[in-house]
Amino acid sequence: MALLRCSDLSLGYEGKPILEHIDFEVQAGEYLCIVGENGSGKSTLMKTILGLIRPLRGEVLTGDGLRPNEIGYLPQQTVVQRDFPASVYEIVLSGCQGRQGLRPFYRDADRELAWQNICRMEIEPLARRCYRELSGGQQQRVLLARALCATKKLLLLDEPVSGLDPKVTAEMYQLIGDLNRKDGITVIMISHDLEAALHYASHILHIGSRIYCGPVEGYLNSETGARWAGKGGQCPCQN
Amino acid sequence: MSKLALYLTQTYVQRALLVGVLVALCASLLGVTLVLRRFSFIGDGLSHVAFGAMAVAAVVGLSDNMLLIMPVTIGCAVLLLATGRNTKIKGDASVAMISVGALAVGYMLMNLFPPRGKSNISGDVCSTLFGGTSILTLSNLEVRLSIVLSIVVVLFFILFYHKIFAVTFDESFAAATGTNTGLYNLLIAVIIAVVIVLAMNLVGSLLISALVVFPALSAMRVFKSFRAVSVCAACISVICAVVGILFSAVQGTPVGSTIVVADILAFGAFSLAGFLHSL
Ligand SMILES: Nc1ncnc2c1ncn2[C@@H]1O[C@H](COP(=O)(O)OP(=O)(O)O)[C@@H](O)[C@H]1O
Ligand SMILES: [Mg+2]
Repeated sequence: MALLRCSDLSLGYEGKPILEHIDFEVQAGEYLCIVGENGSGKSTLMKTILGLIRPLRGEVLTGDGLRPNEIGYLPQQTVVQRDFPASVYEIVLSGCQGRQGLRPFYRDADRELAWQNICRMEIEPLARRCYRELSGGQQQRVLLARALCATKKLLLLDEPVSGLDPKVTAEMYQLIGDLNRKDGITVIMISHDLEAALHYASHILHIGSRIYCGPVEGYLNSETGARWAGKGGQCPCQN
Repeated sequence: MSKLALYLTQTYVQRALLVGVLVALCASLLGVTLVLRRFSFIGDGLSHVAFGAMAVAAVVGLSDNMLLIMPVTIGCAVLLLATGRNTKIKGDASVAMISVGALAVGYMLMNLFPPRGKSNISGDVCSTLFGGTSILTLSNLEVRLSIVLSIVVVLFFILFYHKIFAVTFDESFAAATGTNTGLYNLLIAVIIAVVIVLAMNLVGSLLISALVVFPALSAMRVFKSFRAVSVCAACISVICAVVGILFSAVQGTPVGSTIVVADILAFGAFSLAGFLHSL
């Protein structure tokens, strides 16, 4: 069975559909990029997969022993976070909260996991620093480390490189690619950077008026993909 | 100084200190999460709701006001806070609406149906808003009630500290990774309502919003982790409450406003410290 399966999924806000009849599967180990115009419902789809929004129709199923609370998430940043007094360590550790149930305090194992992920993201020197004083790229690493505390299997990333400069963007892609290839973590990432998506991902989900879901190789040959990639201006990619 | 020593031996001053410190402690602990969620005004709003409920209770002639005030305030807190950020009306707008509405309706009711034996309505209203001297005239029962409830609130904060952090920092992430955000939002809302009703009875609604907002904001000027901010806000709040109560006992100023002034001075000092530190 697939790690994640959406069958005949319709989603939207307050009963008004934004996307309808979405069908796709994600197998363990894949790197799926979700692309599409701004406002086409990429973030909404991700929130529906996470159970933050109830689907209007259809369902999201998890398989392969993946429990719904074992999904790591890197949200598009909100305003509140920007001036929040919190140390990097506090934030990373809070990634373990989903597993705590009613237990009031973290266990040693949780603290160890938080440190491991801090090291994995190479942000040890920042551990005691205040989140709001970090650069955009550093903040994304912190949130990625937090997401890794919540999962060992599946990461959902909502535009993880938006607002980062080219060098930091490349590092971030590298980091995510390593997590996928070396650690075998399945990645679902929203991106409006088509060139990078084609370069790093193994699969593409294009949403909009036409929907494509399948391997990268097939995407460019498909009508949707050819049209979109041909537009050029859509992908502000540098390398 | 000798005057101060004399005051400190008085039971009513000791009680006021004890209760004031406890209420200030509770309010500041919850204030951190309220301020960070952009809900600073909730203290103000809820205390106006409590005022409206009190007016209704007085008009209806209930023997124990608490029977009505507590459930109504908790209900409003749940409505405003526990629904999270996905409500149609923006959080701050609905707080303003409910707050002003309750205040107006309450005041109108009190004027239309003056409670028996009370002629001085504006005096009543004034002491509800500004606290008057009620903290100096606490009964045994009120003191015991505040002690018990304060202990409950502080225990709640300690036991749920990590959950409050997770839910406050990033509600979506917490919900997505399996934290029961609905439950914790509900608990936080109920606890806040309890603190506000408690504090309003003792020190007035003006003071309670200040107690909620100022210590958290002051601490955030200087400290950079959630834990340090929480601890520091609690300390600031307690110190300001003690200083304010003692000063007002000696100088005869209104207790509530004196504590608020102390909080403002602390805020000024912390802002300056934060500014100097960042140079
Ligand atoms: N909380 C919300 N309530 C109602 N509509 C929303 C909400 N959030 C987004 N939308 C609408 O849903 C559509 C899709 O938004 P979104 O999923 O954020 O797009 P994307 O991430 O692809 O840019 C947009 O038209 C947006 O206006
Ligand atoms: Mg989006």
